Amino acid sequence: MHPASSVIVFTTLSGVGYGLLGWLGLYAAAGLLPMQPLFALVAMLVGLGSVTVGLLSSTLHLGHPERAWRALSQWRTSWLSREGVASIVTYVPALLFGIGWVIGGALRDWLMLIGPVLTLCAIVTVICTAYIYRSLKPIPRWSNGWVVPNYLALAAMTGALLLAGLARVFVVPLSGIDILAGVAVIVALVLKLGYWWSTDRAKAISTPESATGLGAIGAVRLLEAPHTSENYLLKEMGYRVARKHATKLRIIAVMLAFLVPLALLIAAWQWPMLALPFTVVAPLIALVGVLTERWLFFAEARHVVTLYYGRRLDPAA
Amino acid sequence: MTSLPHTRGTARLGLVIDLDICVGCHACAVNCKEWNTGGVAAPLTDLKPYDADPDGVWFNRIHSYEVNGEDARTVHFPRSCLHCEEPACVTVCPTGASYKRAEDGIVLVNEDLCIGCKLCSWACPYGAREYDLDAGVMKKCTLCIDRIYNEHLDEAARVPACVATCPTSARHFGDLGDPDSKVSQLVREREGYDLMPEMGYKPTNKYLPPRPRQRDAASIGAPALEPLPQAGGLLGLIDRLLSG
Ligand code: SF4
Ligand code: SF4
Repeated sequence: MHPASSVIVFTTLSGVGYGLLGWLGLYAAAGLLPMQPLFALVAMLVGLGSVTVGLLSSTLHLGHPERAWRALSQWRTSWLSREGVASIVTYVPALLFGIGWVIGGALRDWLMLIGPVLTLCAIVTVICTAYIYRSLKPIPRWSNGWVVPNYLALAAMTGALLLAGLARVFVVPLSGIDILAGVAVIVALVLKLGYWWSTDRAKAISTPESATGLGAIGAVRLLEAPHTSENYLLKEMGYRVARKHATKLRIIAVMLAFLVPLALLIAAWQWPMLALPFTVVAPLIALVGVLTERWLFFAEARHVVTLYYGRRLDPAA
Repeated sequence: MTSLPHTRGTARLGLVIDLDICVGCHACAVNCKEWNTGGVAAPLTDLKPYDADPDGVWFNRIHSYEVNGEDARTVHFPRSCLHCEEPACVTVCPTGASYKRAEDGIVLVNEDLCIGCKLCSWACPYGAREYDLDAGVMKKCTLCIDRIYNEHLDEAARVPACVATCPTSARHFGDLGDPDSKVSQLVREREGYDLMPEMGYKPTNKYLPPRPRQRDAASIGAPALEPLPQAGGLLGLIDRLLSG
């Protein structure tokens, strides 16, 4: 599938933002949220800011962005629509939470209650995003049980890393955030490796033979394509990344998204003197890693329509 | 509304395509383009049509395959929207632009609602939806809805443009929801099948398989030819030299 940068930025940044907001809600629920207005303001701005930039970026690839509001109407059947609705609904607890946390006042006493609502909304929104892809049967690398846990884990991981960095910058006690971030990195890494392991081995259920129904006669090979140059289908659905590039990019993604941030967290714990730069750099590197991972998520996915163009889906093919 | 219609008429309008007959002339694709670039989904934009790298919206694409095996052959294969009974292209649409008609099962796009998110084209296993970069909306086969119900046309012409033009009559149009219709009978007789049934989209359009190849020529009752006598002389020498 064509890796459109608007969609890569959208899924990555909204993941970061909802991850961050989700953790803040949990800290509030546990009564462990530090009441520090400046930290509160920056954390909320970063969280809501990433979510908002992500959502705006998702409208960039639309043919008619001015009609984007229409996408909220079909939540009964469409995961894209549900994602839109969930993301807008999430602004309500997020803004109440932010106001209560930054300004205090009457809302402050409610943080323990608004927090879990915010976390729940953030999780639901990330699940909806993941289901946009997970529900597409013609794309086997997306239509499997690994996709939703991967999106959730990567959101939780990037959010936790960012929160750990912010807490360090503002010198606020956020008990256990470094450990939570470390655990989230390990869980996300395991899930990503599991995704690759499983999708690399999945046997293709559709073939040029089943696509044309000519398998009873024999093996099907494209003799003549319908058109001489690439059309929309091949540009959008037929994107291919060379295997050796994909392998290199996977290594880069694993290093930047997981291993380097984890090493930085451990180093920060080992050498408290350098904890500040290490914990601040970790989420930034992870972000580059997750952008690479997300690029691969698109570029490596194959669509069954390419079977009509004589290609096969098996990763080996 | 992207929910599939809850109450449905019995009609399932669609095409039956005979892979035994199709000669891969692309006439159906050309007439489809011709009609529809002036029809309800008009225009079917072409980008750089006179360049080395033309790209444009077509509703019908003709592939040619080589099928290997005992009964090897070339098969020409027209591919267009199958007007599925379980079209995820419709249910994924966030705006309600994509819909399936309750009365006849035709799947359409309302271009005034479409935001051009392209998700429906990702959801179609058959590559039946092509995005119009110029108009910013999704386009697809309408089963020539502006012909089949068009009372300004002669009754015989009220069939999709592809069916009307096929010089070999490899394409048939009719109601596949009616078990007694000609198309339904044809599907029964010739064991018409669904493309990629494993996807679960339940296509309405059916394909008729190529008939088994005839291995021996039929006897026509003519006597076998006599072998030619060997030519002698100079001509015979040249003949022997050349065929040696
Ligand atoms: S062929 Fe594709 S576009 Fe047509 S109804 Fe089926 S899924 Fe939808
Ligand atoms: S491109 Fe248009 S018709 Fe297709 S899913 Fe998006 S809004 Fe619906």
